Amino acid sequence: MLEQSNVTITEVSVDEIRHLISDRAPKGETVLLNMGPQHPSTHGVLRLLLELDGEIVVNCIPDVGFLHTGVEKNMEAKTYVKAAVMTDRLDYLNTVGNNLAYCLAIEKLVDLDVPPRAQAIRVILTELQRIASHLVWLGTHALDLAAMSVFLYCFREREHILDILEMVGGQRMMTTYIRPGGLWRDTPVEFEDAVRKFLDLLPARIDEYEALLTKNPLFIERTRNIGVLAKEDALRWGATGPILRASGVAHDLRKARPYSGYELYDFDIPSMTAGDTYARYVVRVEEMRQSARIVRQALDKLPYGPVRSSNRKYVPPPRSDIGTSMEALIHHFKLWTEGFTPPEGAVYHAVESPRGELGVYLESDGSPKPYRVHWRTPSFVNMQVLPSLAKGRLVADLVALIGTIDIVLGDVDR
Amino acid sequence: MDDKLQKAVEALTNRCAAQTSEFRSDISLMLAAEQLVEACQILHEEFGFEILAELTAVDYWPQQRPRFHVIYGLRCLQDNLFLMLRVPLDGNAPSLPTLTTVYANANWFERELWDMFGIQIEGHPDLRRILMPYEWEGHPLRKDYPLGYEEVQFSFNFDEIDIRKPYAKE
Repeated sequence: MLEQSNVTITEVSVDEIRHLISDRAPKGETVLLNMGPQHPSTHGVLRLLLELDGEIVVNCIPDVGFLHTGVEKNMEAKTYVKAAVMTDRLDYLNTVGNNLAYCLAIEKLVDLDVPPRAQAIRVILTELQRIASHLVWLGTHALDLAAMSVFLYCFREREHILDILEMVGGQRMMTTYIRPGGLWRDTPVEFEDAVRKFLDLLPARIDEYEALLTKNPLFIERTRNIGVLAKEDALRWGATGPILRASGVAHDLRKARPYSGYELYDFDIPSMTAGDTYARYVVRVEEMRQSARIVRQALDKLPYGPVRSSNRKYVPPPRSDIGTSMEALIHHFKLWTEGFTPPEGAVYHAVESPRGELGVYLESDGSPKPYRVHWRTPSFVNMQVLPSLAKGRLVADLVALIGTIDIVLGDVDR
Repeated sequence: MDDKLQKAVEALTNRCAAQTSEFRSDISLMLAAEQLVEACQILHEEFGFEILAELTAVDYWPQQRPRFHVIYGLRCLQDNLFLMLRVPLDGNAPSLPTLTTVYANANWFERELWDMFGIQIEGHPDLRRILMPYEWEGHPLRKDYPLGYEEVQFSFNFDEIDIRKPYAKE
């Protein structure tokens, strides 16, 4: 293949993708053009190979993997708790949610209890993170469609959420705050106030974004009837999250298979039937409001009590016990040197990330390190929809489509 | 077990010779690679398992034969069911039929399977590497693929080190 086209080894020959482009390309009737991996509108390092007829996209071939860091392989070489640190780095807009998916899988594997307070705080933080993720999406999506101001407003609000994360976890993004069996530590006293302050401010701010976009004729022109994904196609491509919900399937794992006590809260699953870029916009904006609703309920009901399981075979004892209890010292030592050993078996646990179904397949062989971890990431699956949406559209629409799928390349490439 | 899930499991047990196991309320069915496409068609058309949620593999080298297990997670939205299929696969030239005919999104999952485990997918429309660079050699998620820290083999001790080096010598 490579010898035929007589190119150096660092170049991809056209032969390799011959089956993906039309017959017109070799004749020179259409143009093959790279978009990315360094391109402001590809939201990271996504490379799209475009076959263009003028400004019309004839074929769009996504090329991913530029951010592949071998997280799954690395996790196999670390103990369960140490591997948790890597989970934040996958989908960097949903760091707490990644921790949650991984910890829930471990908890399912070893049948570990999580105290109610820890569960409620998990819900509060993942929902805040969902709002933050949607804010980044909204800002960048609007920016792609040339609405600069929305981007600045969205990042202003996102900063509040990152401040809250820093307050509880010491880090703005990579907190690793959720641990198997509970949380790293309890929240500081000022946490509740900070979250409430943010919740008081958020609805008006969402109204502000909507005032800028929802009835804006330019925005509607760029999004309505662009990238229409029919219900059948959404299912066929296995799309999940807001993409599926905007195509008329109100499926949300928080309702369908509640985890972390989502069944205790009252919230709606927004869905639309149009399946176009505008519908996905409406769904996500409404999701932010619903998330705020969940956070408020969780805060009102927030129980007092421990934030970590008392199962000392899996969860380290509190620092105060180590000075007085020999057993606590032994457990602490064992857990931080050797790690815990779950029973043999394999589990799959999925949570609803801002982008869709985030699943963790975890297999244990009874050793302190996971035998196999697979991240079923929503961006990776949703991304496959792009070529069929882009076909026959303008390049300018393609930019809107990349934004509407809401990919995070760390999530795609792992 | 849910009634509808029970029916689906029974259908596969009878028609595809699947073996059921349950762990932490996850049902998984072990079946042969030849039955895979048929089983998925039955689940998709008769029981409404519309979404292929998960596709991955596990390498059991060197402890267990057959070497690989390929895992399929199927989701039925209407009845809120989840089912896992496990397909054991021999390590010697492993190959599987493609599922892209039933589930379109199997495409990238199967490319990942090829890329990471070197499992050949028969009838796949576009079997190229997906995450690793296209000129990469080897399949990183195999257990005989080292995670760095390799012992350096010089010409004078090549064979000596090769004997204790953990990779599949076939």
